[in-house]
Amino acid sequence: MIRFLLKGLIRDRSRSLLPMIIVAIGVMLTVFVRGYINGIMVDMIEQTARFSTGHVKVMTRAYEENMDQVPNDLAMLEISALTGDLRQSFPDIEWVSRIKFGGLIDVPDENGETRSQGPAMGIGLDLLSDHSEESERLNLDKSLIRGSLPETSGEVLLSEDFSQKLEVDPGEVITLIGSTMNGGMAIYNFTVSGTVRFGNTGMDRGTVIADLHDVQRALDMDDAAGEIIGFFSSGFYDDEIADPVITRFEAQYHDEEDEYAPVMVRLRDQEGLSLYVDMTNFMGTIIILVFMVAMSLVLWNAGLLGGLRRYGEIGIRLAIGEEKGHVYRSMINESIIVGVAGTIIGTACGLGLSWLMQTHGLDISEFTKNATTGIMMPNIVRARITPPDFFIGFIPGVLSTLAGTMLSGIGIYKRKTAQLFKELEA
Amino acid sequence: MEDNLIIKTEKLTKRFPMGKSEFTALKGIDLSLGTGEFAGLIGPSGSGKTTLLNIVGSLDTPSEGKVIVLDRSIGNLTAKEAARLRKEKLGFIFQNYNLLAVHTVYENVEFPLLLLHIAGTERKRMVLDALEWVGLTDKIKQKPPQLSGGECQRVAIARAMVKKPSIVLADEPTANLDAANSHNILQTMVKLNKELKTTFLFATHDEKVISYLKRKIYLLDGKLDKDETVSN
Repeated sequence: MIRFLLKGLIRDRSRSLLPMIIVAIGVMLTVFVRGYINGIMVDMIEQTARFSTGHVKVMTRAYEENMDQVPNDLAMLEISALTGDLRQSFPDIEWVSRIKFGGLIDVPDENGETRSQGPAMGIGLDLLSDHSEESERLNLDKSLIRGSLPETSGEVLLSEDFSQKLEVDPGEVITLIGSTMNGGMAIYNFTVSGTVRFGNTGMDRGTVIADLHDVQRALDMDDAAGEIIGFFSSGFYDDEIADPVITRFEAQYHDEEDEYAPVMVRLRDQEGLSLYVDMTNFMGTIIILVFMVAMSLVLWNAGLLGGLRRYGEIGIRLAIGEEKGHVYRSMINESIIVGVAGTIIGTACGLGLSWLMQTHGLDISEFTKNATTGIMMPNIVRARITPPDFFIGFIPGVLSTLAGTMLSGIGIYKRKTAQLFKELEA
Repeated sequence: MEDNLIIKTEKLTKRFPMGKSEFTALKGIDLSLGTGEFAGLIGPSGSGKTTLLNIVGSLDTPSEGKVIVLDRSIGNLTAKEAARLRKEKLGFIFQNYNLLAVHTVYENVEFPLLLLHIAGTERKRMVLDALEWVGLTDKIKQKPPQLSGGECQRVAIARAMVKKPSIVLADEPTANLDAANSHNILQTMVKLNKELKTTFLFATHDEKVISYLKRKIYLLDGKLDKDETVSN
């Protein structure tokens, strides 16, 4: 009997091939869209985390309250001790010190006169220590366009677009004109070791990357830093990891009276990232739910039409003596076979597309070149294949097909046998 | 029920809802059929032939009255019991053949035996026997769309007869066939009726079919009008 039903299913393409194609296309879209959106969202969040927010960030309360102004006069002091404490208290988190600074970059000619100049945003981070992973974290090696990474004190990287604007090449000297931690004027010479392209319009416009100790010297910030940033060992931001860390940190350092007391904030609480984090967390679920509803409607209709078309066959099977329950169960089994087969094909195609998108990416720099948001939009967006992508398609693919068939199959029970028969004769 | 009685109806009435009112398709039919009869329900469209055939075939239930088929009261059967009666004891032949288009001739005829869980070797023998009765052993691998109308109806007869049912119910079996094919089909059914003692009950208004019937039961407006037995 099973072989008989399978033969019917395989031979009747409108019962097998057509619904299988519909399921496969739907599942392929689900898997691809999920991987694509997941890739974009996680990329955006993690890129912002790597360059700016970290997964958690420690600052003075006063600095945190004016964070958008990068107020280095409110920076933390004795950061070696604090970083040591943090590493001891939270060994699963990698802690790094950074100084963000703003200033004017002046390019002198051979006479010391200004050849060109422009405003810059700078980041001071640990580039020269042997154990530092900052260079890899910011992907500086692969972002390098000209020259080399800083190898000695006093060397900096410029964003490529900025260097072209200033008409400065690797090897040339530039002068940072800014403000020290104490409010004095800072003038400090650096040598450009190379240029980089971050793939982020905002940063490519005018960024200087310098070693932390050079910046500390330039801005009179000895053993001081604006921010101590923590990165989770998983490599991805997670509220469930962040929340207990903050609770423990506050228990240790909270001081309502001291505006220079260190405070810790989560990634989601910085730069309006909360919405993006929530969207990333729920995007997969939302897509699956929306798609399940859409697929259910499509497959319900397909099942309904298929079921109506099959009333003749069902009528004859009932007339010959097959029980309604048996007919109904066989339809459900068929839908499971079709759903599983379609889902496997669709998942494979969806993963294939996602892999292509993950490998090659899509250049959206034209759309983001004038972006002014706090979040860092990568210029090349990529899909990101995660373990759930391998099975997420089974939910809409199999369940929706099953639901559609079950709904359409109810007609078998609701109609009297003789009524099915009349439809058969018609 | 008398020994050779196979179908008996008493004051059979069937009503169908029609909007807010009701349409009475059968009005108090009293009828008895014995084993091996070759009978037909004759009447114009709307006379109640198919309704009566459906009730006898346990595809429908009476609104009033009693219908006994093979000692089972049709009105009291559960859906499962009705399906079992059809599966084991009844065969159906339809005007439109109603074969399963994606299955071969062999598989169409085999289907009722699959429902009866008959073992493979025995099933194959029974299918080939049935196809031999209707002269289609050379077409077993073909599918219905590849066959002529007459051949399709012969497959339908083989499917109805393969399990050697007690009763075959045939609703306008020759309506879509030309004269030559109609006679061929009817001769096949007459032969099976004689050889297997199967009771045949037709619903028809086709003169060709009527000419083969041994018993002619005339229906008019849902009532039994005339019941004639043809002497040999």
